[in-house]
Amino acid sequence: MAEAARLSLTDEELQRYERQLKVILEAFRELDEVDTEGVEPSFHPVELEDVLRDDEASTWSWDPLANSKHREDGYFRGPRIQ
Amino acid sequence: MSVLERAHGINRRYRAFNHVAESLDAGDSGRLAGVYVSVKDNVCVEGMPSTAGSKVLEGYVPPFDATVVAKCRLEGAAILGKTTQDEFGFGTFNVNTPYGVPLNPHDTERSPGGSSGGAAVVTAAADFQHLAISESTGGSISCPASFCGVVGITPTYGRTSRWGLIDYANSLDKIGCMGKTVRDTALLLSVISGPDRYDSTVLYTPVEDYTAYAGEPVEGMRVGVPREYFGEGVDQGVSDSVWDGIKRLEDAGAEIVEVSLPFTRYSLSSYYIIAMAEASTNLAKFCGLRYGLQLPLEGSFDEYFSKVRSAGFGDEAKRRIILGTYARMAGYRDAYYLKALRVRTRVIEDFRRVFGEVDVLAAPTMPVVAPRFDEIAELEPIQHYMMDMLTVAPNLAGVPMASVPCGESDGMPVGLHVMADYLGEGDVIRAAAAVEAG
Repeated sequence: MAEAARLSLTDEELQRYERQLKVILEAFRELDEVDTEGVEPSFHPVELEDVLRDDEASTWSWDPLANSKHREDGYFRGPRIQ
Repeated sequence: MSVLERAHGINRRYRAFNHVAESLDAGDSGRLAGVYVSVKDNVCVEGMPSTAGSKVLEGYVPPFDATVVAKCRLEGAAILGKTTQDEFGFGTFNVNTPYGVPLNPHDTERSPGGSSGGAAVVTAAADFQHLAISESTGGSISCPASFCGVVGITPTYGRTSRWGLIDYANSLDKIGCMGKTVRDTALLLSVISGPDRYDSTVLYTPVEDYTAYAGEPVEGMRVGVPREYFGEGVDQGVSDSVWDGIKRLEDAGAEIVEVSLPFTRYSLSSYYIIAMAEASTNLAKFCGLRYGLQLPLEGSFDEYFSKVRSAGFGDEAKRRIILGTYARMAGYRDAYYLKALRVRTRVIEDFRRVFGEVDVLAAPTMPVVAPRFDEIAELEPIQHYMMDMLTVAPNLAGVPMASVPCGESDGMPVGLHVMADYLGEGDVIRAAAAVEAG
C-alpha cells in the first residue's frame, strides 16, 4: 500500500502502521451492520445545480511559477521520466 | 501596546500563530473596519507563508488571496496572521503538526482542540477586536471553540467559497468563523458567505444579515435533544452543563423535544473512510514540483515523488494516505468507500427526517472538556478519532452548526452544539444567542 501511495516508509513505520491500521480497519467493518440495499451513495452532502459562466477567456494577474525552485524559461523542471 | 505586539504576546504565551503579519493594512470603511481577522493556516493569504501545518508546503507563499480573505479586506478588515492547525486538518487536539503545538489559554497543560486550534486560542486570548477565519471537515471549528470557550460557526456546505483553501476532503470542507460572541461571529459569516465564480460547489442562495438573528426570541422554537448524543463516552459534567444550556432555551420559551438519530453511531466510520479517501487523492498534488518542499532533482519520477512525500508528510498524514488509498482500491472500494457513502445517505436521511419535527438540535459539542497533553500522548490513533463522535454526523451531512459556551466542568469551558437544517444558519444563530444570553 505504501508503494501504491508513493511513500517510502522505514521498518519502524511499517510495523507501527500495520498494527494501527488493522485496528482501524476492523472498527470500520461495523458499517456491515447497516442495511444499505438500494441506498444511493452520497458523493456530495447537498444537491447542487450546475452553474455555468459565459465561455470567455480570462487571465490570472499572478505568476503561477512564483513558488517554483526548478524553473527555466517560463517552464518548471521535473525529474526524468526514465 | 500595538495590536501586532499583542499578537506576538499571544504567540509567545500560547504558540497560536504559524505567521504573524509584518504590518497591518486596514481599510477605513466597511462592516469589518477596525476588526483584525486571523486566518487558519490552510486558507491562502497573499504574501503570507501558508503551509496548512505541513512541512510539505514549507516556504509556500501564495500569490493570491482566498475568496473569503478578499471579502474581508473589501469590508475593511486587517489580516493579522496565520493560525496554527493540525497538518491539513488531520487531528482533534492540534498536536499533529511539525510546527508549534498551541496551548489552551484556560490551562496551558491542556490542548486548545483541533484542528483549528490557533484560531480558537487567538479568539479566546485577544484583548482587541478580533475574529477568526477557520475551517471544518469533521468538527475542526466546533471542537476548539468548545475547548477554548468561544463561539464557532460552521455553515452549510457550500455557503462559503472554498477557493484558496488547501483542501482536505472536498465534499466535507467548509470555511467558517470564530468570535467571542454569537453576534460578532455571525457578522464574519455574513461577510464571507455567498457566490464565487471560482468555486463550482458554492451555493447561490442569497446571503442574509445573520447578525439580525442574534437576540431574536426563541419562543415557540422546537429544540430537539437527540438521545444518541448523551450516551456512553460523554462525561457527566459535560452533559450536566449542556442540560443547563438547554434549560435556558426552555426558560426563554422554546419547546424541548427528545428525538433520535439512529445512524449517529455509524457516522464516525463513514466519515473517516470518506475523509481519508478524499484526502489521499487531494494530497497527491504535493509532489515537490511547483511549490512547497522541493528537493534536488535526482532519480526517477517515482523516486523523487516518494522522497518528497516521505520527508514532507507527518505521521498522521501518512496513516491517512495509506488508509484512504486502501479504501479506494479495486477489490476494497465497494466494501469501504462506496459502503461509507451509502451510510452517509442514511445519516443525511436521519437529519432530514428530524428537521421535519424540530427547528434545531441541541447536544454536547465534545464528549469531554479539553484533555491534558500527557493524556493525549497515551491515546492510540483510533482513540483520537473516537473523540469526534459527536461532531462528524452534522459535518458528514453538511448542515450548519455552532458551538456556544454553556458553562464549565472541571474548571474548563463546555460547548453546546446547535445544529439546523440546510441553510438554517439563522435558526442556529438565534438558538445559540439565547444559550449565550441565559
